[in-house]
Amino acid sequence: MTAYLKLDHIDKTFARGGQVTEVLKDIRLTIDKGEFVSIIGHSGCGKSTLLNLIAGLTKVSAGAVLLENKEVDCPGPERAVVFQNHSLLPWLTVYENINLAVSKVFGRSKSKAERHDWIMRNLDLVQMAHARDKRPAEISGGMKQRVGIARALAMEPKILLLDEPFGALDALTRAHLQDAVMDIHSRLGSTTIMITHDVDEAVLLSDRIVMMTNGPAATIGEVLAVPLARPRRRVELSSDRTFLRCREAVLKFLYERHRFVAAAE
Amino acid sequence: MSIQTIEDTKVKAFPAKPAAELVAFTAKSRRRIDPLAIAGKVATALVPPAVVIALLLVVWQVACSSPTASLPPPSQVWNEAYDLIAHPFFDNGPQDIGLAWRVLISLQRVAIGFGLAAIVGVALGALVGQSIWAMRGLDPVFQILRTVPPLAWLPLSLAAFRDSSPSALFVIFITSIWPIIINTAVGVRNIPQDYRNVALILRLNPFEFFVKIMVPAAAPYIFTGLRIGIGLSWLAIVAAEMLTGGVGIGFFIWDAWNSSRLPDIIVALAYIGVTGFCLDRLVAGVGAFVTRGTTAK
Repeated sequence: MTAYLKLDHIDKTFARGGQVTEVLKDIRLTIDKGEFVSIIGHSGCGKSTLLNLIAGLTKVSAGAVLLENKEVDCPGPERAVVFQNHSLLPWLTVYENINLAVSKVFGRSKSKAERHDWIMRNLDLVQMAHARDKRPAEISGGMKQRVGIARALAMEPKILLLDEPFGALDALTRAHLQDAVMDIHSRLGSTTIMITHDVDEAVLLSDRIVMMTNGPAATIGEVLAVPLARPRRRVELSSDRTFLRCREAVLKFLYERHRFVAAAE
Repeated sequence: MSIQTIEDTKVKAFPAKPAAELVAFTAKSRRRIDPLAIAGKVATALVPPAVVIALLLVVWQVACSSPTASLPPPSQVWNEAYDLIAHPFFDNGPQDIGLAWRVLISLQRVAIGFGLAAIVGVALGALVGQSIWAMRGLDPVFQILRTVPPLAWLPLSLAAFRDSSPSALFVIFITSIWPIIINTAVGVRNIPQDYRNVALILRLNPFEFFVKIMVPAAAPYIFTGLRIGIGLSWLAIVAAEMLTGGVGIGFFIWDAWNSSRLPDIIVALAYIGVTGFCLDRLVAGVGAFVTRGTTAK
């Protein structure tokens, strides 16, 4: 059986002024359809670079990203990204921001009425239909991130890429959005890759957690399966033994075996 | 001098950001209109400049009252140029028309020259901002050419076009295009990588990227350039018309000088100043309206 998404021996080096820095080395990972995978690691370990490679925003130095057995080397709407800082266009309303994506992706295949329904359905999905005519500056950070998720989902991506989507939010808002993402994932079954540096978040949301070693030449140190049944509820899980065991495993990896060494930067 | 103008206008343009947000917040409480408060605001805006103008007129009157004074005092300007002040729209034949008509003719030239400069300037600025090689090649050329004074172009354009009217347009065009190019290029270079990533993921083609991302994202910079540009083009039209003739406000000053009508010149100066101020406000107003979404984060 071939994997849905395959990262095949990927290396990434950056060359600047004759000096070559090896960021990622020999990344091998396969992800199944519908799977929710988190990538966790200390800052500077190249996890955002890895996400950009999958998105096609950065080119691999060696190896290949294969989606359904086809190599991807440029960005496209079938690998939609939710950016850390939402990246909504401030001169467009919430509706227009999503419309930009929908009319580009479905401009030919859907009629105008169908596109409108599709936009509203995605706004409903993130519970933001009430703010459709607001501009990004007029809504809160959490709401912006919801719209960012709706925009990505509206592209009907094969893979949803989340780049530290909750990093800039306060703890309560973050919890709300995590629940929203879990809910959407269970409803749509979208294949999702999330970059995070929050251990609880990784364990709560993921089917598997990919742990990265420290850079330079970072690679995948360990992959942990999270055998928790869905739907997951954060309050019940806080004392669940499997949850705690997974959490401990990630913590041990990050803080004992691969402690963040400032000199490594 | 033009560098200074660019920086001055930028400094002025940036505080506009918080102001725009303030407007958005106060919009909700617009229903309560207090006539007294409005009258107070109008008074605080109008009284200080009125006092200053009155003082200046008094000083001017005193300074130029002696019979040997070389310039006319305000009272003499009022008496001798009363026709020009009171009847801006009279029309007594080809060369004897009111100052408002002359200003309108000059404005028409500015509209054409500046309009062309805006289109070409934004396009070239987008190119220079977007492509590193276009910038390396063109930027040094632009930096040298933009320091050439407007009137220095005039002999060359007269030789090239063999006619005064297109020459005047060309001088306006070439004078006002540089700040538009340079500001647009800076704006395009400053488009956040996030917006570019969004465009990449959506696979926007270059034209869609230009219309949907680049122009709105760079709009505050573009309008700063347009605002400097329209000021410069108004400077240039008056100078150009002095030399090329015609019926514009610039030629009127030259004509008045040749027939020693100093009061007429002073009235024309007032017209030019007020028109230039209005043009600046117009572009600034359009800019504030168009970029109301872009500047707020």
